[in-house]
Amino acid sequence: MHVRLATVCTLVATTLLTLMAPAPAWADARADAKSQVDFGINVAQRGLWREAIYRWQKATELDPTYGAAFNDLAIAYEHEGQLDKARKAYERAIELEPNNSQIQQNYELFKEINDRTGAGKEKNNP
Amino acid sequence: MTGPAPAKKRTIRRIAFTVGAAALALTAIACGTDFYEIPIETPIQPKLDVSAFQRVLVVGFVAGGSEDVDANQETVRLLRSQLRTKSSLKVIDADIVPLIDVAQDQNKAANAEEGAPPAGSATSNGSAAANGNGNGGTNGDHAAAQAAAMPLPKNIKDEKDLEPYERLFANTAYWKKLGEEYQNPLIVTGTVLFTPHSRSGMVTREQEMIDAYGRHRVVPVRTYMDRKGFILRPKFVFIDGRTGATMYSESHREEILYNSQQNTPALSSYFELMDRIVPDFLSALSSQKIRGTRVLLK
Repeated sequence: MHVRLATVCTLVATTLLTLMAPAPAWADARADAKSQVDFGINVAQRGLWREAIYRWQKATELDPTYGAAFNDLAIAYEHEGQLDKARKAYERAIELEPNNSQIQQNYELFKEINDRTGAGKEKNNP
Repeated sequence: MTGPAPAKKRTIRRIAFTVGAAALALTAIACGTDFYEIPIETPIQPKLDVSAFQRVLVVGFVAGGSEDVDANQETVRLLRSQLRTKSSLKVIDADIVPLIDVAQDQNKAANAEEGAPPAGSATSNGSAAANGNGNGGTNGDHAAAQAAAMPLPKNIKDEKDLEPYERLFANTAYWKKLGEEYQNPLIVTGTVLFTPHSRSGMVTREQEMIDAYGRHRVVPVRTYMDRKGFILRPKFVFIDGRTGATMYSESHREEILYNSQQNTPALSSYFELMDRIVPDFLSALSSQKIRGTRVLLK
């Protein structure tokens, strides 16, 4: 019985050690990027969009595979009227997370505005 | 020895379960996909650089379709009032130009110049030059002269009838002359077609029902319906009053349909449809902000 208890304790200790063990480099990058994303969300909610852009840009540099960071960056660019940059960021976010319906929805709404502002209209600019 | 064994086993299971649950909770927190809905305002830059103009002249429109609405007059009045409140340009209050008559006169003049017979009976009832501006096409404008053989129907019913009037907007000499009269403003003109329209077919509408438990429910029901309404097709042409050249043009199409028993005045339908188009028109001249919401992700 003592042996069994010892086995369970060993298992628990191993699990805890695994959780606390130093993470691999990619996990570090994601964690750093995530903290930038969190901070960006915080400031965007207070209307500080430029600071949010800085944070989300940093997040995408730290972890170029972080779809949510590209999504948030796209929204900030959209809010600032930088529509070309917004489109690129949305496209990257969708490339990274093709099945994320929230990113898709954001992109659809963005495209609606973009189409209204010219792409879908007949233009004659001599 | 056999007595306390099951109790210890239960304790061990409890510990294992607790550890497992804690690990699951930690995983859930770590992997949780948090999202935040946030309102945004997208600033839209004007499609046109109008910094060179201080004033705007909404001249008039080649209009047709329903006889219940004077689409030329109503469009000019509506756009002028919108520009007054929603743009930085000073709106020139001038008489509305009957552009159909102007085009008819230009056509006649071009035909006479070319020595050709008058272009079709449709042009024979054109009135005298409107507001003294009807002879603009005689200033050696080749585009107008070349297309002069095409008859200009006085009574515009569809898009085909509007087509021959397009050359009026290419007549730079006419627009330049008009621009000079008003100290080179930005000129807004174009075509407007407001036509009655009807359609029959299956439509989905919501119907209130009471279910078996006496609760009110709204359910979609497919029914055959005769509907009537209107289609509004404006084309806005922006002309540089200094040169008479077209800077930009855009076309729109909006339609509205009502139950055939509903009697909606043509003028209210016209304004309802213009309400949808006006923001796009204004965004050509001044920056606009489009409100919406997006989802931020963690």
